[in-house]
Amino acid sequence: MNERRKFILSMARGIGLAAMGALAWSAYVGEVRSAPLILRPPGALPESDFLRTCIKCGLCVLACPYDTLRLAAPGDSNPIGTPYFVPRDIPCYMCEDIPCVPVCPTGALNEASLKDETGAWEIKKIDIGVAVVDVEACVAFWGIQCDACYRACPLMDEAIYLKYEKNERTGKHAFLKPVVNTNVCTGCGLCERACITEKPAIFVLPNAIALGKVGDHYIKGWDSGDEARVAGAKAETTQTKINQQSALDALNADEGF
Amino acid sequence: MKYRFMILRRLTQLGLLGLYIGANLFGWKILQGNLSSSLLFESIPLADPYAIMQMTLAGAVLGFDVLLGALIIALFYMIIGGRAFCAWVCPVNLITDAANKLRRSLGISQVQKRVYMSRSIRYWVMGLGLLLSFAMGVAAFEMISPISIVHRGAVFGMGLGVGAIVVIFLFDLFVHENGWCGHLCPLGAFYSLAGRFSLIRVYHDAEACTACMKCKEVCPEKEVLHMVAKSSESVVMGECINCGRCVEVCDDDALHFSLRKFAMQAKEKSL
Ligand code: SF4
Ligand code: SF4
Ligand code: SF4
Ligand code: SF4
Ligand code: SF4
Repeated sequence: MNERRKFILSMARGIGLAAMGALAWSAYVGEVRSAPLILRPPGALPESDFLRTCIKCGLCVLACPYDTLRLAAPGDSNPIGTPYFVPRDIPCYMCEDIPCVPVCPTGALNEASLKDETGAWEIKKIDIGVAVVDVEACVAFWGIQCDACYRACPLMDEAIYLKYEKNERTGKHAFLKPVVNTNVCTGCGLCERACITEKPAIFVLPNAIALGKVGDHYIKGWDSGDEARVAGAKAETTQTKINQQSALDALNADEGF
Repeated sequence: MKYRFMILRRLTQLGLLGLYIGANLFGWKILQGNLSSSLLFESIPLADPYAIMQMTLAGAVLGFDVLLGALIIALFYMIIGGRAFCAWVCPVNLITDAANKLRRSLGISQVQKRVYMSRSIRYWVMGLGLLLSFAMGVAAFEMISPISIVHRGAVFGMGLGVGAIVVIFLFDLFVHENGWCGHLCPLGAFYSLAGRFSLIRVYHDAEACTACMKCKEVCPEKEVLHMVAKSSESVVMGECINCGRCVEVCDDDALHFSLRKFAMQAKEKSL
């Protein structure tokens, strides 16, 4: 085999092997990086930004006085090395000075997102996720008095409140049903930790999973603040045979029905 | 003293690991974090420059601390000796050295063809790591790095990460001599490049050499000792990990650490 041919063949072999490696490698990375149910430390960037920004140093883990945070180890089925927590084991206690955040060297935990205009910490800005109640498993919805979650909440009566309802079954008792205000709930998971059922009837899910989204065509007409939500909305008018004329004319014309 | 550098290296490797573990277990504030990024004395940031390159290519907007940390580490190894990281800090070196020792005492290399994997594969892996980070928007090698798995695992909890240790050990023992560190590891490749011009180097004195080749026997990167018994010069190839094994096994004082001898080598070449 001449030298030239040998060279070209070995180049081709190198490129082929690299392509093979790249495919296997990227398939693996693509597989292991998605964890839609993971709960991140306070102030974490949106998941995809967080994943590329966190260097997996564990300084946030070391800073947490409650051992809430842990780094995902192989076998945890979470993106390897990244910090997360499991509220039922150890929730986030929403420290006044949020010590896990300023130690982050990369900015994966964003200090500015947790501070008010004066630069002071504002724990209400923590937005890890929201608590969701399974109304079938929650004994308060059975009519049994519980309110453990409600009392555990650091934002009691703001993030979670009790809704009183008459218990028609007994006729003389009340339901004290826990209801979460998803706009306020921080997702700390203290309620999930406190829940008295075998598997918690209230549990924290990431916002992306737990929250719905109303389209621009529904507005709370009675709430001037809600108008702001649709300020940038665009209307699209379609032309049909009927709406070419005014509604009254179209109906009187009796066509197209 | 056949093991003076070996003992020093083990003390450094285990000592650093101990400081990191102590930070997690007992709250020591000397060296916190792990090899990806750490905080020294609660004030000096340190970071892995290869990880930072991947993250930047992945599109991350990084904080000042971690960039400064990467700069400090990069400068340190560029000046001190590129792959000194491998010999003196990296925990995987403990595993691959153990595999190598067992390999030598079992004589596996004698029954196995010695080299069938090119030593340049690691540079391809390093480039691929950067390319994939860019393409996938996440630091690609950091998702699979056995170095991080082992070190992070030792400090923060191993999980199934012990598997990585076993795989590397068995690979180096049975599949390929110096397989991981000498052929595949992209971080080693990165430090090889970073240390091209670093100052602390092994110097070979061909006059004193008796050509016993004990040095080549123990060196994990044999190619770098190409001058042994031939000419007196510094080991300048970036792949040298500055472990000092060759220096300590030499009975004839033909190898020693010195500052890189630019002038002398230039003179010799012109002769
Ligand atoms: S806010 Fe406090 S309890 Fe919650 S994760 Fe941070 S340090 Fe831990
Ligand atoms: S401190 Fe920041 S970079 Fe380090 S593990 Fe926590 S989130 Fe990631
Ligand atoms: S997660 Fe539960 S305890 Fe925490 S703020 Fe929300 S409702 Fe309250
Ligand atoms: S603690 Fe659990 S069972 Fe009790 S009211 Fe809350 S959700 Fe229901
Ligand atoms: S080659 Fe890689 S794994 Fe081996 S010691 Fe160097 S950095 Fe560690």
